[in-house]
Amino acid sequence: MANVNISNLHKSFGQVDVLKNINLSVDDGSFVVLVGPSGCGKSTLLRSIAGLEPIDMGDINIGGQNVSQLAPAKREIAMVFQSYALYPHMNVENNMAFGLRFASTPKQEIATRVAEASRILQLEPLLKRRPRELSGGQRQRVAIGRAIVRKPKVFLFDEPLSNLDAALRINTRVEIARLHKLLKATIIYVTHDQVEAMTLADKIVVMNAGCIEQAGKPLDLYYKPANLFVARFIGSPAMNILQGTVAANGQTADFAGQSFTIPAKLKPGSPVSFGFRPEHCSLQKSGIRATVDIIERLGETGFVHCRTDAGEILLVEIKGDPSLSYGAQVYVAPDPKHIHIFNEAGERVSA
Amino acid sequence: MRKHVSAFAVHGILLLYTCLALFPIILVIMNSFKAKRAIFNTPLQPPMPWNVDLIGYYKVFGDGDIASYYLNSIAVTVATIVLTLLFGAMAAWALTEYKFRWNTLLAIFLSLGIMVPIRLGSVSIIQMVSELNLINTLTALVLVYVAQNLPLAVFILSEFIQQIPKDLREAGRCDGLSEYNIFFFIVLPLLRPAMATVAVFTMIPVWNDLWFPLLLAPTGGKQTITLGVQQFLGQYITDWNAVLAALSTAIIPVLLLYVIFSRQLIRGLTSGAVK
Repeated sequence: MANVNISNLHKSFGQVDVLKNINLSVDDGSFVVLVGPSGCGKSTLLRSIAGLEPIDMGDINIGGQNVSQLAPAKREIAMVFQSYALYPHMNVENNMAFGLRFASTPKQEIATRVAEASRILQLEPLLKRRPRELSGGQRQRVAIGRAIVRKPKVFLFDEPLSNLDAALRINTRVEIARLHKLLKATIIYVTHDQVEAMTLADKIVVMNAGCIEQAGKPLDLYYKPANLFVARFIGSPAMNILQGTVAANGQTADFAGQSFTIPAKLKPGSPVSFGFRPEHCSLQKSGIRATVDIIERLGETGFVHCRTDAGEILLVEIKGDPSLSYGAQVYVAPDPKHIHIFNEAGERVSA
Repeated sequence: MRKHVSAFAVHGILLLYTCLALFPIILVIMNSFKAKRAIFNTPLQPPMPWNVDLIGYYKVFGDGDIASYYLNSIAVTVATIVLTLLFGAMAAWALTEYKFRWNTLLAIFLSLGIMVPIRLGSVSIIQMVSELNLINTLTALVLVYVAQNLPLAVFILSEFIQQIPKDLREAGRCDGLSEYNIFFFIVLPLLRPAMATVAVFTMIPVWNDLWFPLLLAPTGGKQTITLGVQQFLGQYITDWNAVLAALSTAIIPVLLLYVIFSRQLIRGLTSGAVK
């Protein structure tokens, strides 16, 4: 296993910059998840690390060795593709052993490694089957097995769960987390699903439009999003955002008729955004006035969608089954410990 | 009901076409077993005990030259198929997978070969072959046939290569395979059905060709079977027994090759690779 260091990475397709000045460090044995909306460059970044996409500028170091100009084969990485990319003309066993044979690994060693990987992934009964005779989940496990047997320095996963159905996705997610603990592997994992990111990662890297918006521990991103983009992206359902203006004193701002203190002095009259999560607010006797739109009841909890006087939509998480109905007037009170203020540029304002 | 009628009509038409196509072949095979008189008097009658005569086959197999003509034909056809498939697949792979400077120009140049009939260049081909001292060799024939069949092979195989998922090639790259190994161990096995198609397309015109054997290898024991049969056709006398027998036996090798290739025409070879 090894650490990965990326510095000043730049890549463009023709006129379009798809990766702009990426700096990222991945610790040895850590699980890093690249997450972002489609087209944000996360897959391109992963493919650049793998060596499948040439880069224009910058360096990629794997285990202290600069691999920027090396072919994928020389980087000692293993990639698991979204489409699994199993060799259709070989059975499961050969799919796993294929790469090793070309690396002139001794036969005995190949057999041991394949046996071990199939034991870990419970593939033993399937070894003689062709990929077309396997289910989606089994194919996914074979693809992971093919990566494991190579004993790479870094595992790269490109949206490995997207093609699985919901139930299987949760199972496989747990399995990947377990595998990470077992192998103590360095993993870089791409997904657009923030739940996957939150549950799997030691470190989440949120990307948008070719840039890294924020990188950090899942809960840091959750509790202290560095900017509006991360605030909106992390957390499900998404954070409530209200627009407001800084008052004349520069220390408070008005949002939907309520005045809130901002942690640092800002230019009076400049626009600010105010965010709080649905799970960090409640319906009280006073607060932001709003009208109930829809109530989603999930059983133990539920979400009330309501609309402020200015027409902004707020989500409030509620416990139990409140006697609310469409059109009722409520007051939303955010928990003061968990409010986020963002300045005009969308950056977090902190004390 | 309508469906049944139209299915019946389609099968009827196909059946009619099959009969039409098979008729001359059956006629040749039937008459090759008959005596000369019976061939002319009752050409449509199947061989009966009273008119059977195997003289044609005795002549063909008794003549040592004919056997070597068979071998010549087989050698030329097999060599042409192998080389066309190998170079065709390699060129198709390079043109579809790699982006290089003259890529498009090269593809256009190759597809020109499909449009221009190679026989237009017969005179220059003879000149070239004679300058290379390859007249009356099988090598000359193989070279010309490979050149003739390569453009279509590249064209067909390119289409099929594009259908091989990109992820598979990249998985190969990540697995540490060289580009040659990716070609030989991932792309080529998946191209099997396409290559079988190309092989059938290539094989039949090559086996049947009379033109280039006549121009490039007319004598010296290097004749192909189609040319070899001509020795039984004279200006005044034609030995029909021998001609028909030779033609009948000439069907067998191509038929065998076809059976071999058609077994490779399996659909859905790439299924299970992705998703």
